[in-house]
Amino acid sequence: MAYSDKVLDHYENPRNVGSLDKNDPNVGTGMVGAPACGDVMKLMIKVNDNGIIEDAKFKTYGCGSAIASSSLVTEWLKGKTVDEAYAIKNSAIAEELALPPVKIHCSVLAEDAIKAAVADIKAKQSARATV
Amino acid sequence: MPSTNYFELFKLPQTFSLDVAILESNYRKIQSESHPDRFVTASPAEKLASMQTATTANEAYQTLKSPGLRAAYLLSLQGVTAIDEKNNQMPADFLMQQMEWREAIEDAENASDVSTLENLLEEIGIAGKSLQESLKNQFQHNHLSEATDSTRKLIFMDKVRADILKSIEKLD
Repeated sequence: MAYSDKVLDHYENPRNVGSLDKNDPNVGTGMVGAPACGDVMKLMIKVNDNGIIEDAKFKTYGCGSAIASSSLVTEWLKGKTVDEAYAIKNSAIAEELALPPVKIHCSVLAEDAIKAAVADIKAKQSARATV
Repeated sequence: MPSTNYFELFKLPQTFSLDVAILESNYRKIQSESHPDRFVTASPAEKLASMQTATTANEAYQTLKSPGLRAAYLLSLQGVTAIDEKNNQMPADFLMQQMEWREAIEDAENASDVSTLENLLEEIGIAGKSLQESLKNQFQHNHLSEATDSTRKLIFMDKVRADILKSIEKLD
């Protein structure tokens, strides 16, 4: 199957691969997996005191489209508020990367990873607020 | 032929445990019977039919050969959709374990450490087998909801196993 140039670019030069300190109270982790293909994705975001995402890292074990989708979102996330991040739709990812219909689920996985990372940071923050 | 039952096609009982030898030999039989070389002088309709038979047999073989896909297919015959591309919810501890295995495989591959890869292959193989055992019981007792959860996990186990085999092959 032919990948688009943008997918190839992210696949060959993935941005922001790696991890952040998961025990850092300002770091949220989203871990998701797609039973359709067995791909797994971990997305970590570091949020500053103003609620802005300062850093984002990912690790994805899966196909080129899944790697490209998660690489792209780490670029998009930096500088956004967590609420803006939460509003990112998979259709925007799929459109940017020109994903074919059979690979749309890779962009769904990336959206789910963002939502999971945001949910994690919110849970951490509210746990801190109640202490 | 949308209604072809994959198990019937290969004369196999419709169960999760499966005799791979029978699957292989019946698949080869159908492949050779529907091989294009046998239909050189046949009518266009016969050529088309043999091609369709070969395609269906290939799809059926790929599905039944893989434990995860076989389980998902068995569930689909009972009207249960195990694999939904919109549903990526998996238990957190399960994903954590998958991620740990993935990272360990990546590290060992980068270090060309075949013996660690082989240890991981064994560990993952044991975990996969135990999941298959649970699944066998769940199907036997018709516990379809539990079987669906196990099936979704098994797809990941099959994938990580296939990937580690590829890594070992690459280094050998």
